[in-house]
Amino acid sequence: MNAPNQSGWKPTSPVTGAADGTNTVTGNKALMLEEPLIFEIGNCETTGVDLPEPDLSSNRLGGFARDAEIGLPGLSEPETVRHYTRLSRQNYAIDLGLFPLGSCTMKHNPRVNEKVARMPGFADVHPLQPVDTVQGALGVINELAQWLCKLTGMPGVAMTPKAGAHGELCGILCIRAALEAKGDAREVILVPESAHGTNPATAAFAGYRVENIPATAEGRVDLAALKARLGPDVAGVMITNPNTCGLFERDMKAISDAVHAAGGYVYCDGANFNAIVGRVRPGDLGVDAMHINLHKTFSTPHGGGGPGSGPVVLSEALCPYGPLPFSELHADGTLTLVEEETAGERHPHSFGRMSAFHGQMGMFTRALAYILSHGADGLRQVAGDAVLNANYILRSLEDVLDAPFGASGPCMHEALFSDKGFADGMTTLDLAKGLIDEGYHPMTMYFPLVVHGAMLIEPTETESKAGLDQFITALRSLAERARAGDETLKAAPIHAPRRRLDETLAARKPVLTWSEPEVAPGEPSLSEQGGS
Amino acid sequence: MRYLPLTDTDRSAMLETIGASDVDALFVDVPADHYLTAPIEGLPHHASEMAVEKHMRALSKQNLAAADAAFFLGAGAYRHHVPATVDHLIQRGEFLTAYTPYQPEIAQGTLQMLFEFQTQVAKLYGCAVANASMYDGSTACWEAVAMAGRVTRRKRVVLSGALHPHYAETVKTMAKFTEDQIADALPSLTAKPDNAGLIARIDDQTSCVVVQYPDILGRIPDLAEIAEAAHAKGALLVAVNTEPVALGAIKAPGELGADIVVGEGQSIGVGLQFGGPYLGLFAVRDPKHVRQMPGRLCGETVDAEGKRGFVLTLSTREQHIRREKATSNICTNSGLCALAFSIHLTLLGEKGLRALAAENHRLACIAADRLAQVPGVTVLNDTFFNEFTVILPADAREVVRKLAQDKVLAGVSLGRLFPKVDALSGGLVVAVTETTTEEDIATLGRAIEEVLA
Ligand SMILES: Cc1ncc(COP(=O)(O)O)c(C=O)c1O
Repeated sequence: MNAPNQSGWKPTSPVTGAADGTNTVTGNKALMLEEPLIFEIGNCETTGVDLPEPDLSSNRLGGFARDAEIGLPGLSEPETVRHYTRLSRQNYAIDLGLFPLGSCTMKHNPRVNEKVARMPGFADVHPLQPVDTVQGALGVINELAQWLCKLTGMPGVAMTPKAGAHGELCGILCIRAALEAKGDAREVILVPESAHGTNPATAAFAGYRVENIPATAEGRVDLAALKARLGPDVAGVMITNPNTCGLFERDMKAISDAVHAAGGYVYCDGANFNAIVGRVRPGDLGVDAMHINLHKTFSTPHGGGGPGSGPVVLSEALCPYGPLPFSELHADGTLTLVEEETAGERHPHSFGRMSAFHGQMGMFTRALAYILSHGADGLRQVAGDAVLNANYILRSLEDVLDAPFGASGPCMHEALFSDKGFADGMTTLDLAKGLIDEGYHPMTMYFPLVVHGAMLIEPTETESKAGLDQFITALRSLAERARAGDETLKAAPIHAPRRRLDETLAARKPVLTWSEPEVAPGEPSLSEQGGS
Repeated sequence: MRYLPLTDTDRSAMLETIGASDVDALFVDVPADHYLTAPIEGLPHHASEMAVEKHMRALSKQNLAAADAAFFLGAGAYRHHVPATVDHLIQRGEFLTAYTPYQPEIAQGTLQMLFEFQTQVAKLYGCAVANASMYDGSTACWEAVAMAGRVTRRKRVVLSGALHPHYAETVKTMAKFTEDQIADALPSLTAKPDNAGLIARIDDQTSCVVVQYPDILGRIPDLAEIAEAAHAKGALLVAVNTEPVALGAIKAPGELGADIVVGEGQSIGVGLQFGGPYLGLFAVRDPKHVRQMPGRLCGETVDAEGKRGFVLTLSTREQHIRREKATSNICTNSGLCALAFSIHLTLLGEKGLRALAAENHRLACIAADRLAQVPGVTVLNDTFFNEFTVILPADAREVVRKLAQDKVLAGVSLGRLFPKVDALSGGLVVAVTETTTEEDIATLGRAIEEVLA
């Protein structure tokens, strides 16, 4: 676990002996700057904040005062700014260009949303302040909740789940609680093979056995096969709509009716809601629970991995079982919180609390600002343009890339291709890495699992036609190279901050934290290096 | 609409390429009786940036911001000064608008930051390995309980009575579905945490014992003693920390024998934000437990030219590979909050963190001494870091509500945390940080005196 620095690379020493026209002494290439770890440039004496000298000589820490060094390096403010600015430049981002990760809805992140989230009344309030002092915060939650209910045609929404997967858990726990309330213990949740990994993981965590729902040749749920499998042991289904092949589940209402008739519930994975917002309401299709990724459809920034927010809209049948806490609007316009204290009277069948406090407030303010900016008309346009952009990509490339469901009708917000037709040995990975050299983030690769070498492309509505045309040109060229067996693609990317990384080595000999290299005699250790 | 680049001319040209008559035709698979042909009624239409700001500002103004009050709330969320540098850097578009780093060649910024973050958390917690973050402290806590079950193959969980009740409730909710048996308790209002009582509840069926450090009343429990007792029965110690600044002054839980250390990272870099998004921290002391950890892990490797680089690794634990056999269903985590934490901690460094912790403790001591002088009020704690419990001769909830009207946010009442428990109703948890002034402390002392008079 502690073989530090597998490459033997050292930040302070020249990368090459001498500049030779291709290599530089520093390893930098003009604006492409190598950056060491904070542990290699900082030390325990430097700090970027001004605080009084500590004095813990008389303290009330019992015998627990920390004496040994922690080993946390500090940097001055200018060094800190430079370190993170340099790191940031090694990232691709929506702000730089098209980010066509299918199923992730990487759309433009409006900056007014950042501004409103930082208003002191939202950013600087504590979750346990008396409710009279946070009426505006509860007001945001309530207003956003109403929008989500109306946009989905559902009567209630649980606002606390912290991301899509947490929302899935919320929905499945509601289903389980509803069944238990009827004394109806069921064991199985049916999930299509094309589903996102969080779906089976969630169902299993909630104590269910996961079984597969077969798909038709055109990429949709096989209704007849599903009906045949339904029975008294099936608690429910988890269906993604639009599905991960980019298709609308035409039979959704019939699926819901069949599941309900068999005594089960319908969970809908709403990660792809962006394709249908303002155009069809899941509530009209018989859905019982659906999470909405505010960090997808409603543009809260993905932040390099989160945070997200995953409110779950609930049907009349599941509302009584939703989690604590939630806010309640009274006739006089005031808002109160239903927490454990009043749950007994106000919400006695709740399955309980899923996390501390009230959900992702910082995401609620951003999502509400986004929703208000678009309004009901703009959101309908969002879905229209997102679907238009995806179909434009699908139809512009299906002559050079295999579209396994191209004949199944228009796609929704994402276009799905396979690696069929690539020369022997050429893979989706090669094409994706080639896209990096062309200045794009690759599409989602090898997902959904039902398509060989899947490439799932979601442009979103915030791309211009000119931008799409350039992307299509780049992808067409790469597809042609992959079909022709152009071996140079195997070396891609060659222009990125790093070439292909050795993932096998990373997993075989995991180095998950930095540790101090063996100190050569005479060299100072981290803590001994003076201020820099 | 200002976020939508397509013009009508573009749309027509694109529809022609597609071979569709209009955009509605692309929705043919939506059954006609459910397809909405116009914007949903009863909802406002689009609004200018100026109008949106105005609407949101009006809502913001209906809240009492901490900066406008004498502020003493803690209990799992703390108000610290976050340097302007932190908020500036996390708003760089390359961090803010990137996705999870699935393509490492063009995500080294996020990946290197995560590697640094994991190392900082591991050092702070006294552990071998930390992951790339969980949603928040409470969800990290139940993930730790779930992991302890996988490691020990036992189902009985002992929760300390002085664990944050929201964390305890979260664990209990999850346990309903995983068939873990949770033994919880109420906190006892004693100057020292009741270690003997806790240890007596550990038996040879116990998977883990969950202890908050410092605890919900602000006391600092002797983790080493609990770790020893747990290990003697083959159980794991899960230590929960809700105030990472404390670890600049008190020993690391890992050093004291905790096996899994989880907590809330909000204090460093993230801000209050009415409870979210926050930052779940998750670490293990023994590297052999890494493969049972939930969540993403970033690891070091080399690229095709032998240059050092970073990737997400050990993914065979995760949902996108293992599906129903994954260690957790988590996917999106708290990446940007981890960045904020890491930047703030880099600015602080060892020196700054220790100074910050000392300043918090110094001011908390002043506040405790001041409140101890209020007639009828006693300070419960023998030990504390920046948060302690006072016992008022009145219902603390009422006191908190009354003082809030005068812009004194006096603390978190135990009645809010543990409703309907008469024995706890006088308890008030008071938190003090470097943002608290001695003037604020004087105001609080006076205000409590007046309201009790
Ligand atoms: C189809 C689908 N379902 C569920 C999720 C999980 O959402 P989250 O990452 O917010 O937990 C995602 C995205 O990651 C997804 O694409």
